[in-house]
Amino acid sequence: MRFLFKTDYQDDIRLFPHSGYVTSYGLLLAALVIAPYVLSSYLMSQLVFVCIYATVGVGLMILTGFTGQASLGHAAFLAIGAYTAAYLQQFNVPFPVYFLAAGLLTGVVGALVGFPALRLQGIYLVIATISFAFIVEEIMARWESVTNGNEGMRVKTIQLLGATISRDGPTFYYLCLAVLVLTIVGTLNLLRSPTGRAFVAIRDSETAARSMGINVSLYKVKSFAISAGITGLAGVLFAHKMSFISPEMFTLQLSIEFIIVILIGGIFSLHGAVLGAIFLVMIDPFLTYLKDDMPGVISGIAATFGAGEVRAGHIQDAVAAFASANGLKGAIYGVIIVVFVLFEPLGLYGRWLKIKLFFQLFPLYKRATFKRQKIYVKSERNR
Amino acid sequence: MLDFVQQLVSGVALGCVYGLIALGFVLVYKATEVVNFAQGDLMMLGGFFAFTFVGILGLNYWVGFAGAVICMALFGMLAERIVVRPILGYPQFSIIMATIGLGYFLRSVAGMIWGTDDFKIETPFSQGVLRIGNLVLAYDKLSVIAATIILCALLYLFFNRTTLGTAMRASSENMLAAYYMGIPVKRVVSIVWAISAAVATCAGVLLAPITFIHSNVGLVLGLKAFPAAVLGGFGSIPGAVVGGVLIGVIESMAGFYLPQGWKDVAPYIVLLAVLLLKPEGLFGLHARKKV
Repeated sequence: MRFLFKTDYQDDIRLFPHSGYVTSYGLLLAALVIAPYVLSSYLMSQLVFVCIYATVGVGLMILTGFTGQASLGHAAFLAIGAYTAAYLQQFNVPFPVYFLAAGLLTGVVGALVGFPALRLQGIYLVIATISFAFIVEEIMARWESVTNGNEGMRVKTIQLLGATISRDGPTFYYLCLAVLVLTIVGTLNLLRSPTGRAFVAIRDSETAARSMGINVSLYKVKSFAISAGITGLAGVLFAHKMSFISPEMFTLQLSIEFIIVILIGGIFSLHGAVLGAIFLVMIDPFLTYLKDDMPGVISGIAATFGAGEVRAGHIQDAVAAFASANGLKGAIYGVIIVVFVLFEPLGLYGRWLKIKLFFQLFPLYKRATFKRQKIYVKSERNR
Repeated sequence: MLDFVQQLVSGVALGCVYGLIALGFVLVYKATEVVNFAQGDLMMLGGFFAFTFVGILGLNYWVGFAGAVICMALFGMLAERIVVRPILGYPQFSIIMATIGLGYFLRSVAGMIWGTDDFKIETPFSQGVLRIGNLVLAYDKLSVIAATIILCALLYLFFNRTTLGTAMRASSENMLAAYYMGIPVKRVVSIVWAISAAVATCAGVLLAPITFIHSNVGLVLGLKAFPAAVLGGFGSIPGAVVGGVLIGVIESMAGFYLPQGWKDVAPYIVLLAVLLLKPEGLFGLHARKKV
C-alpha cells in the first residue's frame, strides 16, 4: 500500500497524484488508440457511442454530480447542438467553426435556462428542465424553415483539411475520443480551480457556500452553461454519427438515458460518467446476444439436466419469446435503475473503490465505510 | 359561444383526469416528500386491471371497478415496500430515479402482458348524452367531473378531519418527530401509497372511455399532471384538482384557438411561467427559509 505525503497545496490538487496513475491511464489510452485495428466494426460503432454518451455524461456530471442541480432536459441541449451543426453545414461552414459555434450556442441557451432555474430546488428543477426539453422538442418539430420539421435533416460527412471523415471510419472514432479526453481533462482542471470548488460547495450546502462569499447564482448559471456547452459539442458528434436527425430522437427517454449514465457510473466522480456510458451502450449488444444465443444455451442446460428433447424445445421457445418481447429493453432499464438506486447507490465506480479498499485494508475492511446517512428530520420543502 | 362551452367542458373533463393523477402526486408528496414519477403508470396499470375484469372476464362494471381499485391499492403497498421504503431518508434525487425506474418497468411489463394496442372499457355511461338547449354533453365526461369532485371532497375530509390523516400530515413534516409521538410511520406511508394507487386507478378507469388505455398512456398523461400539481402548489389537495382543471382547459382552448403545436406545449409554458412568477403555486403554503 502506498502512502502519499502531501506537503503543500500543489500536491493536493495534482492531476496525477503518483506515477501509477500515469502508467495505468497511459496503458488505457494506448489500448483505446489501437482499438480500431482489433475490434469488429460493430463494436467500434458502439465505442463511438460510448465516447459521445460519456461526453454528455461528463457535462451532466458537472451540473448534477458536482453542482447538485438535477436536470432531465439534457436531450434538448444535445438537440440544439446537433441542429446547429446540421443547419450551419448547409452554408458550407467548415467543421471546426460549426463545432465550436454549436457548443457556444448551446452554452448560451444553457445559461438562459440557468437563470430561471436559480429560484428552483430539487423536484421543481427536475420538472422545469423536463418542460424546457418538451418545448425545445416541439420547436424542433414546428420551426420548419430551419429544422425541416418532422421530416428531419440529413447530416453530411465531415470535411476537415480537405479530407473526408466518414462516420464509420477510425478517424471519426479518434475525433470522438479526442473530444472526450479533452473534455475530461478540461473538466478535471475546472474542478480543481476555484470555480469547481465553488460548484462542490454549492452542492454540499448552499447556505454554507453563500456565507463563505460564493456568488451562488453566478456559479449555478456558469455550471448550467458549461454543462450545456459540453452537451452541445457532443450533439455535433451525435448528429454526424447518426447522419440523420429528427425531433423524435431527442425525447425525454434520451434525457433519462443520460441520467442513467451518471447514476449507474457513480454520481460523484468523472470515472462514473465513462463507466456508465460503457454500461448503457453495451446493453444493446447484450440484448442481441440474449435474443440470438440465450434460448439455445438455456435449452442446452435443460437437456443436460435430464429434460427430454420436447421439453427442451419448449423451454427454448419460451426463452426466445421472452427475449424478443417488445418492451424487454424498457423493463431491463427499469430494473437496472431500481437495483442501482437501492443496492449500489455509489454506482459502478463506487463498487470499484469498495473492491480496491477491501484489498488495501485486507482483514480490516468494514462495510460501514461507504454507508449513506439517512436524514428523516429535514423537510426539503423548507430548505 | 357554443363551441367555447363545448371546449370548456371537454377541457374540464380532461383536466379532472390530470387533477386525479396530480392528486396522487400530492398525496404521496404530502406524506413522504417523495415525488412519484410512476404515478401515471399506476393509472395505466389500474386501467388495464379494470379492462381485464370488465372486458376479458366479463364482470359487472362496478364490480370490476372495485376489484381494480382493491388490486391496485395492494399493488401500491407492494411497490412502496419494495422500491421506496429502503431509500426513504436519502436525497430526493435517488427516490425520483427509483420511481422513474419503476415507471419504466411497469410500462414495459404492461406492454408485454396486454400488448401495445388501444383498449376500451364499456361503461354504463359511455353512450348517453345530456342535452341542454343546443349544448351536447357526453355522460362519460360528466362522470369524470362528478367522480373527481366526490373523490377530492372525501380525501380533503380524510386528511383534515381524521386521526390517520393528521398522522400523515405529521409524518410528512418530520418523520422522526412523528415516530417519537407514537405514529407508526412505516404503516402510514404504506397506506398513503395504497390510497394514491387507488386514486390513480379511479383516474384510469374513468379515462378509459375518453382516451383509450394503452401501455404508454401513463407517461403522456403523467407528465401533463406535473404542471397541474405545480400550478396548484405541490402540497395541496384542492390545489391539485384546480390546477388539473386549469391545465385541461388551457390545453383544450390552445388546441381550438391557437395554431397547431401549441396544444402540447401550452401546459409546459404555463408551468414554467408559474415556477418563475409564483413557485409556491396557487394554493401552496408559503415556504419560509430556515437555516
